[in-house]
Amino acid sequence: MLAAIRPDNQSFALLLHLVGATVAFGAFLASASFLVLARGDTRLLRLGYYSLLLVAVPGLILLRLAGEWLYRLQNWNKLPDQFDEPTWLQIGFIVADWGALLLLVALTVGGIGVYRMRTGKGGAGLLRGTMVSALVLIVAYAVAVWAMTGKPS
Amino acid sequence: MSFEDWIFSLHLLMAATLVGSLVMSWIVIVALRSAGTPEATLNLHRVAMVGTAATWVGLVGAITFGIWLAILRDAFQVWDGWVIAALILWAIATVALQRSFTEYAKPVKQARALERGAQSDERVDFIALNRTSAGLLLRALASLAVVLIVVDMIWKPGA
Repeated sequence: MLAAIRPDNQSFALLLHLVGATVAFGAFLASASFLVLARGDTRLLRLGYYSLLLVAVPGLILLRLAGEWLYRLQNWNKLPDQFDEPTWLQIGFIVADWGALLLLVALTVGGIGVYRMRTGKGGAGLLRGTMVSALVLIVAYAVAVWAMTGKPS
Repeated sequence: MSFEDWIFSLHLLMAATLVGSLVMSWIVIVALRSAGTPEATLNLHRVAMVGTAATWVGLVGAITFGIWLAILRDAFQVWDGWVIAALILWAIATVALQRSFTEYAKPVKQARALERGAQSDERVDFIALNRTSAGLLLRALASLAVVLIVVDMIWKPGA
């Protein structure tokens, strides 16, 4: 029952949006699990970082582009100024855009951590910051799924 | 939000958990392909366990809330063709995942036995064990079934 009945021309954009979202969500889940369970294992710490870089980033780009396509297909961009966008849509934008910013920070901090690990100067502490960001993103995406499907208000 | 909206939302949350956990499992499978020691195998198994738990939560949650929703919504019936197709695909995905988990548990069992100090006459090739083609094919089959469920749910053929 994934989605309510909608015009057929929106289905492919919705599929791409969902694929992007679930790829990003899976990458956050993998990254957080690698980093939480690493217990100092540098291989797992690196895998936690590269899950974000190589899987979450493409997923997030697909989610955002397909979301924008869907936004235009549903004519939300033509909403008259006197009307506010619905809350569920605002939550979706907040999670996608601020989530992307948080991901960028997590990748920068984690990238420094991975570099320091490679040069033998520690770095595990910095990857803890990446781990916290991945956990925050998991919660944020769960909230976004609830908001965009339940459509409160 | 109505009660029906909550069930719909929980159904989708469970579906997202299922697909997300499959994405995670593919990351672990790729990592396992270069795990050549008992220690590396067991370390990755710790992470794989999180994905396995999330997969089961997603499988059970998505089907439970999905059937509940089909009963609640007047527009859908459990015997609609696209709902039956989703149920069959769900069953295929569940069986394939269960068998795939069993395949990937074999190197873990060997690694645990070696950790306990069990003697083996021959050297265990963990790279070969972790690259199980049966496990990989079953996981690919399950992933394909889940993708087809998503396509079926979006297009709802015949609805």
